[in-house]
Amino acid sequence: MNTDLAIGLLMGLGVVGPALAIGWIGSSGLSAIGRNPEASSKIQTAMILSIAFAEAIAIYLLVVALILKFV
Amino acid sequence: MSSGIHISLNAETLFHIGSLPVTNSMFTSLLVSLMLLIFAIIFRTKFNARSIRPTGIQNFAEWLVEVLFGLVHSVTGDLKKSRHFFPALSTFFLFIILNNWLGLIPGVGTIGITHQQETYEEVLASESEQTSFSEIIQPALAATEEVHGEAATGPSTTHSVFVPIFRPGTADLNTTFALSLISVFLIQYFGFKYLSFSYFKKFINFSNPINFYVGILETISEFARIISFAFRLFGNIFAGEVLIVVIAYLTKVLVPVPFYGLEIFVGFIQALVFTMLSLVFYNMATAKSH
Repeated sequence: MNTDLAIGLLMGLGVVGPALAIGWIGSSGLSAIGRNPEASSKIQTAMILSIAFAEAIAIYLLVVALILKFV
Repeated sequence: MSSGIHISLNAETLFHIGSLPVTNSMFTSLLVSLMLLIFAIIFRTKFNARSIRPTGIQNFAEWLVEVLFGLVHSVTGDLKKSRHFFPALSTFFLFIILNNWLGLIPGVGTIGITHQQETYEEVLASESEQTSFSEIIQPALAATEEVHGEAATGPSTTHSVFVPIFRPGTADLNTTFALSLISVFLIQYFGFKYLSFSYFKKFINFSNPINFYVGILETISEFARIISFAFRLFGNIFAGEVLIVVIAYLTKVLVPVPFYGLEIFVGFIQALVFTMLSLVFYNMATAKSH
């Protein structure tokens, strides 16, 4: 029962950081595209790569949560 | 027990060769390697260097090589470096993306064999004498495979374990850890090859205290790369598998379809991320420091 609380807290609190990061990357990517629409394909690639990195942090949490749950 | 979701964090053993256990993810990554090998052999037989208008498989292979080489070359900007880095990086990319996408084919993870696990049951039976059986079996079952462990059907010792034959290699931490070890070793190899002994000045530097401290940080970050490479790939692919299993269990037809689309995208992105990061690290390691 203790681990359930830990998993809930881990995911709930830990996901805040990556969520902010992804939102920020998306917003600054969009404003960059708005300023310079010709470079949109380059910006999009870099944006998706950065989002993947930010998401990876949430995935670390998920791995820890799965380990707590199943191991 | 049969209605529960089958999720296993580690790859399960299919059979043994001598004392070496062959897991399902090992089997699948061997299959992927075989597929790549067969593709290469077929391409080699069909290859015609003088054809002006390549068709079919040659067209596809040339497109693949061109795109990947363009990706490598756009970062290095140096033909000699690109030629050095290209083989390892394209192998990473093709191996990872095939593994990721293989996990999405229906049948992977659902076709399997069931076999009895005797040793595990003996441990359970001996332990159940001391404490009550239901208290033991619930966490023990949860630890092995089940999410919905409603398995307290009395103390019968015939417990069958379902083992899927196929499991994408990248959904196993061993495979991704091996890949990341290879990648980080190649960073050191290329760095040493291009800068010889001055490469190690990055790590051990007595010129002044700040550089010495930076060297320590560089050494730590080199080890952190291994872990972050391994966990990023493993976490993404394994989480995708779990997501699809859970969605397919909770809902009916058509609802998992968008998640399949998402997972195809994630599989591609993660292969690209692994390749790009390795590429950037190789490029950084071989650049002259100033």
